[in-house]
Amino acid sequence: MIISQTKCVACGNCVAICPMGAIYVDHSKNRALINDDACVECGTCYRGMSTENLNPVMVRTVRNVAKFFRFRFEPEPDVCPTGAIEMNELEMPRLIRQIFSDPVVEHKSTGIKGRGTEEVKTNDVSLRVNSGEVGYTIEFGRPGVGVRFSDIQEMTRTLAAAGVTFEKNNPITHLMIDTQTGDIRTDILQEKILSAIVEIKTTIDMVERVLDIVEEVNERIDTVIAIGISTRCEDGEDNTLGPLLDSLGYYYARAKTNMGLGRITNRIEIKRAEAVAP
Amino acid sequence: MTNTLHRYGHSDSFYDDYIIFAIPSRGKNDEDCVPKLKQFLRICAKYNPCNMGNGNRGSLAPQKGLGPAAHWFRNNEPDWEKVIEGVVKAGTVSAVFASEEQAHACLKEVIAADFGISVNISTSVENARRAAQTCNIKRHSVEYALAFNDPHDHLPNSQILGLSTMCGHGMVSFNMARKMLDMVREGRRTTDQAVTTLMRLCPCGVYNPERARRLIEQACKEQK
Repeated sequence: MIISQTKCVACGNCVAICPMGAIYVDHSKNRALINDDACVECGTCYRGMSTENLNPVMVRTVRNVAKFFRFRFEPEPDVCPTGAIEMNELEMPRLIRQIFSDPVVEHKSTGIKGRGTEEVKTNDVSLRVNSGEVGYTIEFGRPGVGVRFSDIQEMTRTLAAAGVTFEKNNPITHLMIDTQTGDIRTDILQEKILSAIVEIKTTIDMVERVLDIVEEVNERIDTVIAIGISTRCEDGEDNTLGPLLDSLGYYYARAKTNMGLGRITNRIEIKRAEAVAP
Repeated sequence: MTNTLHRYGHSDSFYDDYIIFAIPSRGKNDEDCVPKLKQFLRICAKYNPCNMGNGNRGSLAPQKGLGPAAHWFRNNEPDWEKVIEGVVKAGTVSAVFASEEQAHACLKEVIAADFGISVNISTSVENARRAAQTCNIKRHSVEYALAFNDPHDHLPNSQILGLSTMCGHGMVSFNMARKMLDMVREGRRTTDQAVTTLMRLCPCGVYNPERARRLIEQACKEQK
């Protein structure tokens, strides 16, 4: 992301918009600038802000007059008056920031926009998490903190050593050199992203251990973690995972609930199912 | 793609927050799914949603090339038709409801339409259980949100978190939530103006403006 220095009028509207706090106004230049190391290329400033196409010289003059008379100017807070924010062409490894941070960019590995996968949202047709199994979505960096791949690797290495199974259709798993060790590609380790989700699956007896590992590793890595933990309901009820979380003292106010309305409708999948049926 | 799992708040605070979304599964039921996704949204639009989204835009989106009058006369009306028209390929589509009755009524019609696409509801565990019972269906799977793990004290106070985390992809920054709350407190913006500004920043259309309005009003009351 870049801010055109010829167009910027230092109104400061984009400063609060940035989820990473990467934009600041340089008062010596009277222009907004981006801290490239902190920027995760999420596109919020470019896509999320509305724009006017006002003449920068005219806007600066009006602002200077208002400033002189100490008039407070109250523009719409999500508008860039001169369309100064521009999206530049990115190359690897920096491109990985945009892929993981901009929710309208689709991951080629999953075909899904955003950082995750279908998780249990399509479990009624995918059976990704089956009876007796527990799925985890371990989300790093959100809300509003960000994370570097080196920190994610710290977690994936520890989880791999504990013998968990990484979801194969997950964007982070695709970046691993070795799913047995949890090692991630070295060229991207220092890249910072808005967030990423590691997906794993275990049997129910490993829940306490996995949650302990996540908490313990989080002490060592400088970010925030949010965990989603999923299971299949039996006859519409969850009689295993919920009670276990209660007994372990976890509070879970909210859930995504798959209502079981999905079915396989793709013709090739129906034929495949018919072919294996007895 | 939407991300609605990790909204900040206690179970009771989700009484006006129901997100119903449809998601096709790649290789399983994504064939010819676009008309179904559009029909899903049309059904949702009948039940007075407070937001809808197609993964690319919500019902209120940023605009490029505004005229100067936009600072006083800005279009803040949700546009359901643009969301529906914008569905061009397989992906998640969603609708946000602030009323349990409307969410249940919508879900019943979605069930009757029998699209064969996975449908999820994101709200409190209890609300989802009640929705399944009311609509006489059995929940297939459930994903619980555990609390944020923040050993390094990065997160702001609960008022800011409540407003910010309603965009699950983090596009509503802590600073913007704080700025809008402060502007309302100082009488520089109305609550409705603050809410529409925050809502525009969420590209998936899952931001709940009714809940945001309530959170801002509560925060202003607590200050008194």
